[in-house]
Amino acid sequence: MLVEGVRAYGLIAGMWLRAGMTYRASFAATLVGNLVMTGLDFVAILLMFSQVDSLGGWSLPEVALLYGLSVTSFGIADLVLGSMDVLGARMRDGSFDTLLVRPAPVLAQVGADRFAPRRLGRIVQGAVVLGWALVSVDVDWSVPKVLLVPVMVVSGAAIFSAVFVAGAAFQIFAQDAAEVQNAFTYGGTTLLQYPPSVFGKDLVRGATFLVPLAFVNWVPVCHLLGRPYPVGLPPWVSFASPLVAVACCVPAGLAWRAALRAYRSTGS
Amino acid sequence: MGSARLYLAVAVGGFRRYASYRAATAAGVFTNTVFGLILVYTYLALWEERPGLGGYDQAQAVTYVWLGQCLYATLAIQGGGAEKDLMDRIRTGEIAVDLYRPADLQLWWLAGDVGRALFQMVGRGVVPFLVGWLFFPMALPGEAGLWAAFAVTLLLAAVVSFAIRYLAALSVFWLMDGMGVSQVLMILGVFCSGMVLPLNAFPGAFGDVVRWLPWAAQIQVPADVLMGETAVPGAFAFQAGWAVVLLGLGRLVQSAATRRVVVQGG
Amino acid sequence: MDTNGRVGAVDPFIELDGVEKVFEVRRKTGFMRRERHRVRAVDSISFAVARGEMVGYIGPNGAGKSTTIKMLTGILTPSAGRLRVAGIEPSRERTRLAHRIGVVFGQRTTLWWDLPLIDSYRLMHRMYRIPDARYRENLDRLVELLELGSLLDVPVRQLSLGQRMRGDIVAALLHDPEVLYLDEPTIGLDVVSKAKVREFLRQLNAERATTVLLTTHDLQDIEQLCSRVMVIDHGRLVYDGALAGLHESGESERTLVVDLARELPPIDAPPPARVVRVEGPRQWLAFPASESAAGLVARIAAEYPLVDLSVREPDIEAVIAKMLHGDSHGKEVGRPVP
Repeated sequence: MLVEGVRAYGLIAGMWLRAGMTYRASFAATLVGNLVMTGLDFVAILLMFSQVDSLGGWSLPEVALLYGLSVTSFGIADLVLGSMDVLGARMRDGSFDTLLVRPAPVLAQVGADRFAPRRLGRIVQGAVVLGWALVSVDVDWSVPKVLLVPVMVVSGAAIFSAVFVAGAAFQIFAQDAAEVQNAFTYGGTTLLQYPPSVFGKDLVRGATFLVPLAFVNWVPVCHLLGRPYPVGLPPWVSFASPLVAVACCVPAGLAWRAALRAYRSTGS
Repeated sequence: MGSARLYLAVAVGGFRRYASYRAATAAGVFTNTVFGLILVYTYLALWEERPGLGGYDQAQAVTYVWLGQCLYATLAIQGGGAEKDLMDRIRTGEIAVDLYRPADLQLWWLAGDVGRALFQMVGRGVVPFLVGWLFFPMALPGEAGLWAAFAVTLLLAAVVSFAIRYLAALSVFWLMDGMGVSQVLMILGVFCSGMVLPLNAFPGAFGDVVRWLPWAAQIQVPADVLMGETAVPGAFAFQAGWAVVLLGLGRLVQSAATRRVVVQGG
Repeated sequence: MDTNGRVGAVDPFIELDGVEKVFEVRRKTGFMRRERHRVRAVDSISFAVARGEMVGYIGPNGAGKSTTIKMLTGILTPSAGRLRVAGIEPSRERTRLAHRIGVVFGQRTTLWWDLPLIDSYRLMHRMYRIPDARYRENLDRLVELLELGSLLDVPVRQLSLGQRMRGDIVAALLHDPEVLYLDEPTIGLDVVSKAKVREFLRQLNAERATTVLLTTHDLQDIEQLCSRVMVIDHGRLVYDGALAGLHESGESERTLVVDLARELPPIDAPPPARVVRVEGPRQWLAFPASESAAGLVARIAAEYPLVDLSVREPDIEAVIAKMLHGDSHGKEVGRPVP
């Protein structure tokens, strides 16, 4: 099933890539547009820091570290699963049915649909900020701390992917209410761009225990910087992001399967 | 009088059309509330660090956040109002039908977009604003006069917002594809209207420039009017000035585009 | 053929036994109140189709045709009953079944909308794991038969409805499916395209023994293609048998609409043709679907001040309605289903 899914994904994404290459100019334009669009959040942060030296007690490189990790992880999830937000429209116009008569997992077909290099815009932009933050931030680097960085990016991508898939499952149940998932996907990545010390305790608790986005960057970054996390957690959780990622992906996958089953028993 | 009735009917149609998307509206209310929550905490931290930034106190900054969420869909800050339909009609050539209608093209689309804006305000914008008002200290005026002025400034904001998007949509007559324009519209809209940060908190000369652009008429000016931070006649003049300039420009481009359609035969 | 092919080879190829599909619909009853109620879209349907049969599946709008097709393809799970296609339970082994069936939805495409036709076919080639030689052979043959050669590099969205439909049929057949489901394959097509599609389907069925199940609104599709018809109404199978029997149970008529220069008394038409309606200078004449309109037209043109005329084909709904509500003696020709 997984192998089939990856294979189908590769086939469809490859087809879109080849098709996209025929329009090089528009490819470049949309990539630049995407870079600028996703970079606006960081410009806002820079504007804020043009007026202040710290936000919630965090310096610019420290906030940039949060930003870079949040956006890179989100960018990877978006690269892989980009088209989830059109699922509702697909169900309304009936084209979702056509995915179900093809011999490939539906999730792979939806994720690879309209695959385009412009989806790289967010990752590139996030990675640039992340790179700058890593060299500017004041951290006592050790081997575990260095290793923690790629672990964060990969786990974060998996956590965001889980949110995307759960959102897609939600869309199947509540077709027209698709926008709710934006609150968790785009809202989630925005939330994580700012230090946890900025937010109310309840919001931080929600983002730690309810929808554990905090494990994308907040919790491990607090460990890196030697800062206290606003909500009391045992010290070992600083390295728990991969576990949390798995714990997110499993229910998200189950939710997706349940949603598909529900669709197939109720129709559109 | 007859034509006024026509445009009123078009506006009512725009209102009704958006009113029929109930679930989507509820979802939008939820999303705007969540984004408002995130923004309000970051602004509180910012104003904690720098009290009086941009001439606002904390309560005013909070008010600005929730007003922004309220106006986000109302003024189609990211795009997605009348201009989207207009672009589609130009691309598919259906616009030719509109040109034969015994109505003014620009007024027709303006009326529909104002109807849409009104619904987005009532259906989608008010609730996040009320949530903000319930849970955070806000700086709202007590005098009826300011609220009346606020209503006028909102209408003017809606017209300026439409005029910008109308111009962008007309470009499709020459570009044949609205993707790029929509993206530029989105970037400028989100950034220059002060959706990410109040324009009065933008630093230096950059801030001065942004505050004079038409996008400033959309969130910054209504916010300042509501909170008594600006002289009302000056604010009206600023908005009305941009409205006249942009609508006039729209008419010029529109007639050039129409000639093009007539020459090409659609 | 894999080991499963042996199961599929046993007749019947498609088998439904007491299949039901119940939807729960929420209906608005007040400002905020919504009432749930259950709709039986398919109500205990049983039938079997042998390999190589070509069967028409017809009925009024909302009768349950598309729901049945969706269950046969695995898109929908039946609420009750037993359903097998090539020995496979579609909803449980959707992807395995997908390799053995072809589906054409008349009103939506399975092709990739923004890409050239050939890109979709190349993707199908890989996705269905069609051996290279087989793919090339099938593609060449299908493209030639359906006259799509010059359109392969055209993005699907720029194709006309008829071209797109033919493109969809090619896509559905590249992997040599054993059964082809066609949901309204001629809807919205012009006369020439309709003829092309029908001719192609006839050949396909004759040469490859592909089992074909088609739903349609067009009685001519059935007349020209199917020896067997199943009629579904309100989710129940009400007729299953030869087309001739269906005709007998509800003799179909065509309508000649005549515009005269002025208002006149009803035209004196030779029986069995007769005037069924007069409205100002326009008159409607009914005549048997099996007869040519030429004689009737010639006679009217000779005797009356004719301005314009058009012939309306018997509407399938009317035939079915006649069959359902008319006399029932014809039912014994086919296999009546209670």
